[in-house]
Amino acid sequence: MSCLQTIQDYGLRALGMGERLLPRTDFTLCDQFTLIGSGMLWNIYFAIIAVSCGFVFSTLLALAKASHHAAYRKPAEWFIFVFRGSPLFIQFFFAYFLFLSLKSNVPALGMFTSAWAGAAVVLFLNTSAYSAEIFYGALRTIPKGDIEAADAYGLTGWARFRRIIWPTMLRLGWPGYTNEAIFLFHATTLVFFSGFPSYQQRGDALYYANYFAIKTYNPFIPYPILAGYFILFTLLIIAVFGLVNRRLNRHLPASARRKIRIKPQVIR
Amino acid sequence: MTRTTPRPTIFSYCTEPDTLARLEWLSCFLTTGKHLSFYASFGTVLMLLAITAPVALVFGFGGATAARASLWPVRMLGKIYISVVRGVPDIAFFMFFVIALDQGFEWLRHQVKCPEWTDPIRQGNDFIVCAAAKLPLNTDPQWMHEVYGFLIAVLTFAIVFGAFAANIIYGAMNAVPRGQLETAEAYGFSPRQTFWRILVPQMWRYALPGLSNLWMILIKSTPLLFLLGVEDIVFWARELGASKTARFTDYPHGDWRMWYFLALLVFYLAFTKLSEVVLERVMRRLNSGQAVAATSGKAAA
Repeated sequence: MSCLQTIQDYGLRALGMGERLLPRTDFTLCDQFTLIGSGMLWNIYFAIIAVSCGFVFSTLLALAKASHHAAYRKPAEWFIFVFRGSPLFIQFFFAYFLFLSLKSNVPALGMFTSAWAGAAVVLFLNTSAYSAEIFYGALRTIPKGDIEAADAYGLTGWARFRRIIWPTMLRLGWPGYTNEAIFLFHATTLVFFSGFPSYQQRGDALYYANYFAIKTYNPFIPYPILAGYFILFTLLIIAVFGLVNRRLNRHLPASARRKIRIKPQVIR
Repeated sequence: MTRTTPRPTIFSYCTEPDTLARLEWLSCFLTTGKHLSFYASFGTVLMLLAITAPVALVFGFGGATAARASLWPVRMLGKIYISVVRGVPDIAFFMFFVIALDQGFEWLRHQVKCPEWTDPIRQGNDFIVCAAAKLPLNTDPQWMHEVYGFLIAVLTFAIVFGAFAANIIYGAMNAVPRGQLETAEAYGFSPRQTFWRILVPQMWRYALPGLSNLWMILIKSTPLLFLLGVEDIVFWARELGASKTARFTDYPHGDWRMWYFLALLVFYLAFTKLSEVVLERVMRRLNSGQAVAATSGKAAA
């Protein structure tokens, strides 16, 4: 079987398209590259959903945490503490079983027991908490002069937030947020290893890498392939977020711009 | 269903669970033998932390010292260790390392114990070593297999977290003011004396914020033990929470896994909160008397 044929058969296997049976014997390098790459589609899907929704929610959370009113501040603090203080792994398990028992009461919520919705919700809430902490830190380091200048110009309320506070917060928090996005992307590998079952062997990249490692007793091929894919997409994230960072800093002299420094993390 | 021989129980009234009122039933249910294993598995997690933290610190110290060495190959080794382990996504590394370490040990033992073995070790998809080189031996009791699995897990944790600790300690060593080392040299200290008497005692203050952060991450990574096949709290929570029918147990119940994982969630939250408070105190202590920004106004003034 040629490699092109393999890609046609298994390229979208993670979404349930193409050949149904996974290869069982004679694993070629092409098999492994194709299937693990097909699993990456899930990782990318989870990362995009969680980061794009989490961005909005984390901004709200950060504002709530910085609020003077305890009615806003306390819930935000608790939310951030709960999601940052416990392992994502346990959150996945808890959420899956919570959704399972919800399903038996309210059948309409059944979709949350499958990974595409349930795990995405957990990842979204989790990254919101981590990002909110970053943005909260950025909010507190906004130079006082900037806000005083906004006051002096008569900017208040929404206009002051949209034109002064929000862009500055993003600019200050962006290097940290880039790391968070990368970290979240890496954390998507946990989905099919915790709670959420992979329906009809439609798994993510790690699911297939693990499949090959178990079938061949040889971890030295599938895991480096997985790592290679991850490094590739991590570089892509760095490039995209770097462009945004350039735009956020475009009014500053080169010496005052904040550089993105990548700080790899272990696990969340 | 009645049993002819009552099971050993902690409370005397637990011999007939079907007849009990709610609260008593719960107290019996929570003290079954399996639940005691569940509580013991919290000990497994704490033991993992207690062993891994110092070992990872030693690895980190070694890695950082190697990365600063004047000898080129040693320096490269230290730097490669730090950057490779830190660059690869988390659990992929855990999954990979456990199999790789296991095979590495068996291969080494195979070389020593069965030199007359001529077949190739990798036969297609199989990894075959002679029976004497198996780790643990097939004839060993079950607890040996469990301890071996646990030790492999500890070693993996130590290698991965060691690399992160090495990076922090390397940074901390560089943060010690240059003048301190130059003063030591001016007083005629040898490089070794400078390292142990000036650099190492002073570096901790710079390393502690990073190390305490790492400790928090280490706590949160303990559920990975489950992925590595150790019977940890996650394993027991899944096992005990799953719905049971009256045929197999005296305490039939529905799917309670949600509540077990809620308990684990609370355990982790309490543990991280406690660590946060304690580390905060240690930090204040280390910084007292130092003129740095981290101390409160009264100490610096």
